[in-house]
Amino acid sequence: MQKRSIIPIVYILFLLLPIYWLVAMSFKTTNEILSGFSLFPQTFTLEAYRTIFTDPTWYWGYINSIIYVSLNTVISITVALPAAYAFSRYRFLGDKTLFFWLLTNRMAPAAVFALPFFQLYSAVGIFDTHLAVALAHCLFNIPLSVWILEGFMGGVPKELDETAYVDGYSFPRFFMTIFIPTIKAGVGVAAFFCFMFSWVELLLAKTLTAVAAKPIAATMTKTASSAGYELGLLAAAGTLTIIPGAIVIWFVRNYIAKGFAMGRV
Amino acid sequence: MKTENQKAWFFVLPVLLLVAFNALIPMMTVVNYSVQETFGNNLFFWQGLDWFEQILRSERFHAALGRQFLFTFLILIIEIPLGIIIALSMPRKGFWVPVCLVTMALPMLIPYNVVGAMWNIFALPDIGLMGYFLNHVLGINYDMTQDPVAAWVTIITMDVWHWTSLVVLLAYAGLVSIPDAYYQAAKIDGASNWSVFRFIQLPKMKNVLTIAILLRFMDSFNIYTEPFVLTGGGPGNSTTLLSIDLVKIALGQFDLGPAAAMSLIYFAITLLVSWLFYTLMTKDDLN
Repeated sequence: MQKRSIIPIVYILFLLLPIYWLVAMSFKTTNEILSGFSLFPQTFTLEAYRTIFTDPTWYWGYINSIIYVSLNTVISITVALPAAYAFSRYRFLGDKTLFFWLLTNRMAPAAVFALPFFQLYSAVGIFDTHLAVALAHCLFNIPLSVWILEGFMGGVPKELDETAYVDGYSFPRFFMTIFIPTIKAGVGVAAFFCFMFSWVELLLAKTLTAVAAKPIAATMTKTASSAGYELGLLAAAGTLTIIPGAIVIWFVRNYIAKGFAMGRV
Repeated sequence: MKTENQKAWFFVLPVLLLVAFNALIPMMTVVNYSVQETFGNNLFFWQGLDWFEQILRSERFHAALGRQFLFTFLILIIEIPLGIIIALSMPRKGFWVPVCLVTMALPMLIPYNVVGAMWNIFALPDIGLMGYFLNHVLGINYDMTQDPVAAWVTIITMDVWHWTSLVVLLAYAGLVSIPDAYYQAAKIDGASNWSVFRFIQLPKMKNVLTIAILLRFMDSFNIYTEPFVLTGGGPGNSTTLLSIDLVKIALGQFDLGPAAAMSLIYFAITLLVSWLFYTLMTKDDLN
């Protein structure tokens, strides 16, 4: 045990403290929370979780979120793959301008777009569908995926493509059976980031949905404000939102560090 | 070498269409609003550039912009060095690496409003862990709903908690890409820890740090949900950052014209500063 490992340990403790507090609170009764300070739940209760898992307006929030997040990840990666390939392999008219323009969409404040998005998606007639949120999140996830994937593809020597063509592979077959498996770490990292940014975003998701596709984050704000002080329920719902992300990151843990090292600006 | 191929446009086309649908149409709507006055009922009147002038001269906008720059400045000055220090002291291989990476990434995967709500609960003076500890154990009078300084300390701490890990992950990725031979050579030359950092580690991290600084700048400059849920912009207006103020004008007062003009000015500032960062940090590569 080295002396310097104290820094990451202290940092991780700092990260875990608010999470511990959230989890601890989810097992307390609302009475206990409001009556005073207690480090551990005194009257351990699963009431909050029972409410969430039995009330459809609660658990459908999670299902809705997972549907549009998955849909967004699939759309983003599917269209970003060929585009990233074009940017990493070819020069074409306006390529640099286009690349920078894509990145500028990462800079647009979601608050700016909330109202126009509502009008646009209402006009197209897909307001309050999972597709609407999935498409809206493409605004920032596609540029990011193209950026990450382009970095990975740049690391693959061009000889791989040429050899495949000499061996008589058609482009689609080469792309699907040789190229994508070669950069699967990059696809993993890009998918992770799409998942993450779509899962945590709330402003657009809330603006574009009403009932049918309402995300869990919106369900939470509504219940928390109308019921006043149901802190235990809020804490339980918050705790459950951490779990999908934790599962996804566990799958890509070995790629994360490598992924960035290979990516370039 | 890349080959010239105009057909590559077909590969880019789906991306172009999807992003343009999401970016250009709403952007045109915003531009449209920014030059008009409306009294409801879909009646619009031409207003020219009046809104832009009004926003650029308004003290409210200057104040919000000032708070926004202060916030982003504090975030960058704390998170970037802290992230580098943590990345430097992390183990490079072994069992603890994935454990560190997974726990550190955890805060980034929590929805923004949950982050705000959970820090609110955490900081409540009498029943939150942090609030209780500060008030009753350390004896500091801390209440973020009353005291602007306390509110600022809380939103900064929350953002450090939320996003420092991004800097750590990026810096760490840069560090693990350095071959062992570099360190051995430095050892033979008798280089100090500082010169190893200055001449080997820092240059190798430059690319990923550029990404980190850019991402942290954009995201902290556009931050909305977390401070809104945590403090609601208060006490008073002390933590009303730019986007919180924007949403207040657009949806609270329904002043579409001024809100749209403010959006465009806001976006232009973000673009300009990002571009400045980007050119400054990639300048050496071009020479």
